[in-house]
Amino acid sequence: MTDAGATDAKAAKAISPGKIPELMKPLLRYAPLLILALAWEASSRLGLVSSLALPPLSEVAAAWVDLARSGELESAAAASLYRGGAGLALAVIVGGALGIGMASWRPLNLMLGPLVELFYPMPKSALIPVTVLWLGFGDGSKILLIFLGCMLPVTIGAYNGARGSDRLLMWSARSMGASRLRMIWDVVMPSALPEMLNGVRTALALSFILLVSSELIAARQGLGYLIGSLGADGSYEAMFAVVLTVAMLGFIADRVYLAVVARAMRWRQ
Amino acid sequence: MKALSAIGRALARAGPIVLRASPILALCAAWEIFARSGAVTPFMLPPLSDVLARIYDDAVGGDLFLNTGVTLYRALAGFFIAVAAGLALGMAMSRNALARWFFDPIISVGFPMPKIAFLPVVILWLGLYDVSKITMIAVDAVFPVVTAVIAGIQGVEKELVWSARNMGAKDRELLWQILLPAALPQILTGMQVAFPIALIVAVVVEMAMGGYGLGAAMMQASRFADSRGVFAGIVEIAVVGYVLVKLMAMGRRRMLLWHAEAGA
Repeated sequence: MTDAGATDAKAAKAISPGKIPELMKPLLRYAPLLILALAWEASSRLGLVSSLALPPLSEVAAAWVDLARSGELESAAAASLYRGGAGLALAVIVGGALGIGMASWRPLNLMLGPLVELFYPMPKSALIPVTVLWLGFGDGSKILLIFLGCMLPVTIGAYNGARGSDRLLMWSARSMGASRLRMIWDVVMPSALPEMLNGVRTALALSFILLVSSELIAARQGLGYLIGSLGADGSYEAMFAVVLTVAMLGFIADRVYLAVVARAMRWRQ
Repeated sequence: MKALSAIGRALARAGPIVLRASPILALCAAWEIFARSGAVTPFMLPPLSDVLARIYDDAVGGDLFLNTGVTLYRALAGFFIAVAAGLALGMAMSRNALARWFFDPIISVGFPMPKIAFLPVVILWLGLYDVSKITMIAVDAVFPVVTAVIAGIQGVEKELVWSARNMGAKDRELLWQILLPAALPQILTGMQVAFPIALIVAVVVEMAMGGYGLGAAMMQASRFADSRGVFAGIVEIAVVGYVLVKLMAMGRRRMLLWHAEAGA
């Protein structure tokens, strides 16, 4: 959303002409979210919607504090983040290695290319019952699911990036006596990195979807499971609190990832 | 390594179709042999032939077509609602500063959120039937479309807009005849991102809520420890996903024929 974000200053100017103090800018930018929050609170306080269907935001916040105090939220979040992190780490390592390998070594590409093309469009959520069948309801099935589901975007990113690496650089490395592995490490990997990191961002978003879905459908622990069980108990304030927590975690993870990548890729400028 | 590259070269001569199909056939053969070898129980991995027999039975019984049809209906309905809403919102946001101010933070915060976490909320509000399933699919698929529409319209060459204005194009004409067609490649890319998301969510909501569909059938099989049914489901869903994504890529090429010509 950087593209839409860039127009923000223009939008702000159009709405309130004249000088806007620096401090007010983020406030003006995020005011719509504040308006939504107020509308939420007001509509359920004023009885426009049943507070059963939409508990007031203030009560949701209170329920969040209770959940956090009891430690329930933290232990569920720890379980979820462990699963997501482990699955995603495996996907990045194996997927990245596969992509770079396929770009640098033709036989591997001939063998795996058609398989990647076949499995890439598969809706990955279909793997949920299979991983449960293999590994049960625990951590293992979620880690396997996220690993399998998130690997291919990384592979394709790394493959496209590595294939686009500069021939001239590769020839120079060759002529200076670099071995094949050395060349992959020093030339191909750095040039594959930007596109691979894009693939990792897609994988990050996908990992949250798969994590929450699999925990909603088949788990006995984790944030998704907590949402489902609170909903089944009818404690909707707490359910909304966990739903918002998961949504915010996904948003924060994406922003932190972008910030880390921007820092790490400064050498390119 | 030498032997493998020799095999690779031999395959390269055998023609592209055989070449591309052979790893897939090898995978199928490996599945069949591994499942029959006794290294795993048929429950963990039923042989491919059994799974195919199961799919055949489902097809003869009519269940396969019912479930595929229901899943397709939900995924496509949600997807097209997302495309229509995404186009409308994206166009409004590119033309109207107030709409941009209001929706921009909502979209930039909402895009990376795992919307599927709202599934129990959607069930609470809309029930367990198609309305809530399609809503969930549309909500998840709308974000890539909106951002693609905005980015596409912003990326249109200024010269194109200026000449149109110069020739007296009104706002409405400018939008429909210049901005949207010029932004079409990017909009189609956004749709191509949104579509797999719609399929993923369609399968998840069916698994979570039941009521026919390929995802629901898989979940049912899983509950009854019917592992052939589970693997039949995954093969069916993989085929449906593959065919639809390929069709979309073909549709894109057709729709952009004129674009490439206009550019040349």
